Amino acid sequence: MSRYSAFAIAAKALNRHTGWDRAWASPEPRRRYDVVIVGAGGHGLATAYYLGKNHNIRDVAILEKGWLGGGNTGRNTTIVRSGYLQDDSVAIYELSRRLYETMSQDLNFNVMFSPRGLMMLAQTHHEARGYKRTVNANSLQGLATEFIGPRRVKELCPIIEISGPRFPVLGAFWQARGGTARHDAVAWAYARACSDMGMHIIQRCAVTGIRRGADGVRGVETEKGPIDCEKLGVVVAGHSGIVAEMAGLRLPIESVALQALVSEPVKPCLDVVVMANTVHGYISQSDKGELVIGGGTDGFNNYSQRGSFHHVEETVRALVETFPIISRLKMLRQWGGIVDMTGDRSPIISGTPVRNLFFNCGWGTGGFKAIPGSGWAMAELMAKGEPGSLAAPFGLERFREGRFIDESVAAGVAH
Amino acid sequence: MLKLRCPNCGFVSDETELVNGGEAHLKRFGPGSADEDFEAYLFMRKNPMGVHFERWLHSYGCGKWFHAARCTITQEVFGTYSAQVSRPPSELIAEISEKRPGWSYRDWSGED
Repeated sequence: MSRYSAFAIAAKALNRHTGWDRAWASPEPRRRYDVVIVGAGGHGLATAYYLGKNHNIRDVAILEKGWLGGGNTGRNTTIVRSGYLQDDSVAIYELSRRLYETMSQDLNFNVMFSPRGLMMLAQTHHEARGYKRTVNANSLQGLATEFIGPRRVKELCPIIEISGPRFPVLGAFWQARGGTARHDAVAWAYARACSDMGMHIIQRCAVTGIRRGADGVRGVETEKGPIDCEKLGVVVAGHSGIVAEMAGLRLPIESVALQALVSEPVKPCLDVVVMANTVHGYISQSDKGELVIGGGTDGFNNYSQRGSFHHVEETVRALVETFPIISRLKMLRQWGGIVDMTGDRSPIISGTPVRNLFFNCGWGTGGFKAIPGSGWAMAELMAKGEPGSLAAPFGLERFREGRFIDESVAAGVAH
Repeated sequence: MLKLRCPNCGFVSDETELVNGGEAHLKRFGPGSADEDFEAYLFMRKNPMGVHFERWLHSYGCGKWFHAARCTITQEVFGTYSAQVSRPPSELIAEISEKRPGWSYRDWSGED
């Protein structure tokens, strides 16, 4: 792998940039690997990367039914934050946020991580109390977040209307080290690093079945033939239930559509991330100038990757009230992704009753921020066969035990 | 916009007038049941990709519950029926089987 750098760009410019290598190889699958990961999104690729980097397991194939990073990794609103309520969540989300800070250097790929600061608006008294509680919890966890008043909100984000008629801004939860990253680049960076370690990324290769014997998982059936493996990790977000059924399992997960939209590009007007959970909308400005707007989930099971149109209207209506300046912006694109919701809005990083079959799913509406930490914890689980301290609280058995990691308040709709 | 005909009042309503109530025909388990059964009743959902039976509340209409059969990929609605039954009407099952070769109704309550 040739290193990316300013000097490399200058050197390649001499040949009119024709001399670049492909960022990752596209090999034909072998008949057997030590580890097979299903799903080449951010979480799957991060899992493979940390298997190689932290545990020296490099005989790994990552199977993807579509194209790399084309699921929720390519469909989210790129928000990175770690201000959750529960200790177990903060441990994994904060590790993740820290890994984002050095990701571009670690992976030699510019993921454009921008810790520009993130606020969650309190627009009801109930919400303000909830965020103050989260700030208190975060200070005990050693995480820097604060509750700021409306004047500080206005200072940080001048285009905001803080005395709106329906939803005045009473304050905000503020995480100065939250921000955004370039979502595609995260997938590409991990893919390039995995490929460099000799791992096989196999796109357009849907898994059609899981083979299991008395002693656990044996391998998978795919569109490109059967592949044997010692350990199998399934990291397929909204389609986890479908793959689980191939192994004869059921998961406490329901799949719903979450949608987002972007406006036409405009001059810089918003240099923080603003989330408004009461009205189900969140907004940031991309480097291209588009306003990236996230909406709500549909209230019913859905695999169509579209989302209901009326949610767009609700989201935009609410945001126009809070940001009157955007009222005449045109929206360019709208899309949906299928998210995997668990009962407590926390993920599942877990072994299963089938030996050597592992699931990493249930990230719901907020998986992007968790990609590095999730991969880190999943890799540790798969390498050792049992969870480390990060993944242990997120086992499947917590539902049977009634031991929830309840993030429905801290996560809300805008995860 | 998803539109469903409420079998109680006969009106065709937009999804904005309705509230989804999740999977239909759950077998309920209460105190004294096995942990596995209780867990499955509370958390394990079918979440199928394709034909799905679910409950809906006509909240901004007659205020009554009903059942619907819907495809979770195409959003095609196969039909709606009364909330007072514990499995879909056999005519509806036959109709869906005809439209979707290879699909068959699966009664999960006897399994697991």
